[in-house]
Amino acid sequence: MSLPSMFDTNRDAKPDRTILLIAFFLITSAVLLASHNRPFLESMGAAGQFLKNPITEAFFVSLFLANVLFAYLWKAAPWARALVGVGSLLIVLPSAGRQDTSLLDLSIQIMIFAALALGLNIVVGLAGLLDLGYVAFFAVGAYTWGIFASPRFAEILRYYGENPGATNAGTLAIGLFLTVVTAASMVYINRLTNRQPPTATSTWSFRLAAFGLVAGLTLASRAAVVLMSGQADSLASGIAPGFFWLFLALSVLAAAIVGVLIGLPVLRLKGDYLAIITLGLGEVIRVLANNLDLYTAGSQGITPIRSANVPWFNSLAGALGFSEEQHYLLFLYVLVLIVLGMILLVNVRLDRSRIGRAWIAIRDDEVAAQAMGVPLVQTKLIAFATGASFAGIMGMIFAAKQTFISPESFNLFQSIGVLSMVILGGMGSFPGVILGAAVVTLLNLRILPGLGEATAHLGLPQQVNPGQLQRLIFGIILVTMMLLRPEGLLPNRRRTRELHHEDNQEDDSVDGNAGALGNTSAEVYSAGVAPAKHEDNAGGRR
Amino acid sequence: MDLATLLPFLVNVIVGGLVLGFVYAIIALGYTMVYGVLQLINFAHSEVFVTGAVVGFEVFRVLKGVEMNGYLKLLIALVAAMTISGALNVLIERLAYRPLRGAPKLVPLITAIGVSLILQDVLRVIEGFQGRFDLTYTLPGGFANKFCAAESTCAPLGNFLRGVGIDMQLKDVILVIVALISLAVLNYIVNRTRMGKAIRAVAQDRVTAGLMGIDSDRMISATFLIGGALGGISGVLFGMKFGTVNAYSGFDPGIIAFTAAVLGGIGSIPGAVLGGLTLGVIQNLIGVTNILGMVVGSANLEVIDASYQRIGAFLVLVLILIFKPTGLLGKSNVEKV
Repeated sequence: MSLPSMFDTNRDAKPDRTILLIAFFLITSAVLLASHNRPFLESMGAAGQFLKNPITEAFFVSLFLANVLFAYLWKAAPWARALVGVGSLLIVLPSAGRQDTSLLDLSIQIMIFAALALGLNIVVGLAGLLDLGYVAFFAVGAYTWGIFASPRFAEILRYYGENPGATNAGTLAIGLFLTVVTAASMVYINRLTNRQPPTATSTWSFRLAAFGLVAGLTLASRAAVVLMSGQADSLASGIAPGFFWLFLALSVLAAAIVGVLIGLPVLRLKGDYLAIITLGLGEVIRVLANNLDLYTAGSQGITPIRSANVPWFNSLAGALGFSEEQHYLLFLYVLVLIVLGMILLVNVRLDRSRIGRAWIAIRDDEVAAQAMGVPLVQTKLIAFATGASFAGIMGMIFAAKQTFISPESFNLFQSIGVLSMVILGGMGSFPGVILGAAVVTLLNLRILPGLGEATAHLGLPQQVNPGQLQRLIFGIILVTMMLLRPEGLLPNRRRTRELHHEDNQEDDSVDGNAGALGNTSAEVYSAGVAPAKHEDNAGGRR
Repeated sequence: MDLATLLPFLVNVIVGGLVLGFVYAIIALGYTMVYGVLQLINFAHSEVFVTGAVVGFEVFRVLKGVEMNGYLKLLIALVAAMTISGALNVLIERLAYRPLRGAPKLVPLITAIGVSLILQDVLRVIEGFQGRFDLTYTLPGGFANKFCAAESTCAPLGNFLRGVGIDMQLKDVILVIVALISLAVLNYIVNRTRMGKAIRAVAQDRVTAGLMGIDSDRMISATFLIGGALGGISGVLFGMKFGTVNAYSGFDPGIIAFTAAVLGGIGSIPGAVLGGLTLGVIQNLIGVTNILGMVVGSANLEVIDASYQRIGAFLVLVLILIFKPTGLLGKSNVEKV
């Protein structure tokens, strides 16, 4: 079976592969379970050592994950595809994880990065805005939970208890009043400008109200913190785990708000400027996290971070034979799986919605989209906020999983890692970016450390250790994909056509969209469009 | 520190900023020239520049025991760095950017980021095989001395500078002179030679330049060669100024220099110099804000330290792009459909 036929998304044209799919599923599941069964590996001796090697493990895990991919790609009976998909993720993977906790950890990491890649895919793949500071939103989500669910919160309360300033219950009232009034007037002005064109006065009063809203929220939250400062001792290890579910929503909200705040000033910019500015703002958030010692504990990082308390789930996991320390990871596994599923659903629905079309229009040609009535800034802001919110919720789960976060977890390099996942899988293609996330995460967490171990006995200097060559790997992924297959491994069909724009100019009139136009009108079209396209290719700029 | 000592201190900070600004200016020229002809942010330029710094380090290291005039060593280092960085830049263009002419704009940009990452690790591994990561420059003796401390011919100048409170090392002065010479040569090439004219024509309109018989691919290569050579020079100067470089140290100067290019107006050569000098001064002032905070007794200013320098550069960039995207000396460019 050649590679193109395996990765071809055109499912109907192929023979039925139900039996093949089931067979593949059974074999890879057996291999996965066996290769993570410690007693079995020990009984194998030298061969067991080989199977335990991170590189072999990565190979088996990727073979196993290929199940899910093939269930999506291949033509097979619906029951078989459902069985393989559900069976792999809900039964086989957790059972292998029961033998080997690190596998659970690895799967959670893969899914967290898949969600990040899906979020970045909206911004880069659909809306065509290169965001190099994406990990900042991940950081916002992580710190939203990290600050409140750790001893940090009590520290902040103590600090404000000792330095209350002029804040008291009256401040809280003023702050709340200001918040409500300004928020209401913003809503009112917004409604007004929906009915009649905005004037200079309405624009400025809207901005003034926004400023008032920020001031009101600051006052109210400061007053609330001061008033709560008496509780510092009872909150010594952070707020109650029960707030976990509330904060899942809050982290989405916080990241989306930061997305809008970052997006507002910069989204007027063109592609390459936008890239470097987002890179900068991502760094700004990291440097702030590094320097605002009171809130983020600076470079020491925040620890220990609490997570949800789920006794019902623990008893369920216990009944399934998971050990005590695995309960928590299993819970996160299920949670991440559900959240990832929801994110995927949101993505697919958005892609087919009016907003999704507007994103693609902007990506293809900003000026033309604007001429067609797409509100540029608003549409781009929605892309930014949506992408950010996915990163926010996963950031929070990441904080709960690691129980430790520091600014170093959110550097520029992470953003580029997520970008390379999107590029590898294919910009704009949902299965593609998930595949990209799995491949890059496996490379990062298993294959590179494995290579490092394998070459440890060579006595190479530490700098040359292949375990540290992430930059090289990411760079090679980015460059080779852009040069050889810019549409990615699992391309989105429309994107492929755009990127191979000059190769298939002739068959524009016979493929999908243009085919609907009659032959005559297609000719009229190409007569007008062809010279412009030609100039585009030669000049290389718009 | 009181106000009487503050003034000379500030003068020194600003002079130091101007010296640093010349390094940024030369790096910025690399960005701005490539942007001029290709409308591409060459992310790999920061690594081209670090390559120059590494070559300079190697030359000084190899020549360490050799009895030779210090200026001759510097010249060898500069020429070697120019050659290797220039060749590297041309190679990058040929292999990574040329196949992508006419592709959507995002594609070469992402490629440039990838090239930058690859070069970082390649440089790290090359030096890593000798067990090195941080490369500390071994400058010829005397370079770190005070400017014109003893030599009788120029002592009056050095005494005058110290008299007005400016403290410069010999290497700072050398740095400024090298930068000025490079600027003069660049100005000559771009404005007075046939090749420079052709490069400017390609930057203005590649298609029309092609119709006039200019081989635009060759001119783009020439631009990358010049930009790379400037990167090599700036790498050696950067190494001299800071004393230590490593494979990853291109990021910050790269960002600052890019900001300088945008501040001056991207595509404009005098703009890049102006922007570089401005950014150099801003960077140095941010670096001492905590000291100023101590002087004026403001606790809020005292927290600002060198780690905010990067933020400073980005904030300048954001502000320019929002309020004057064409930069100080740039021409406005209306987008055509």
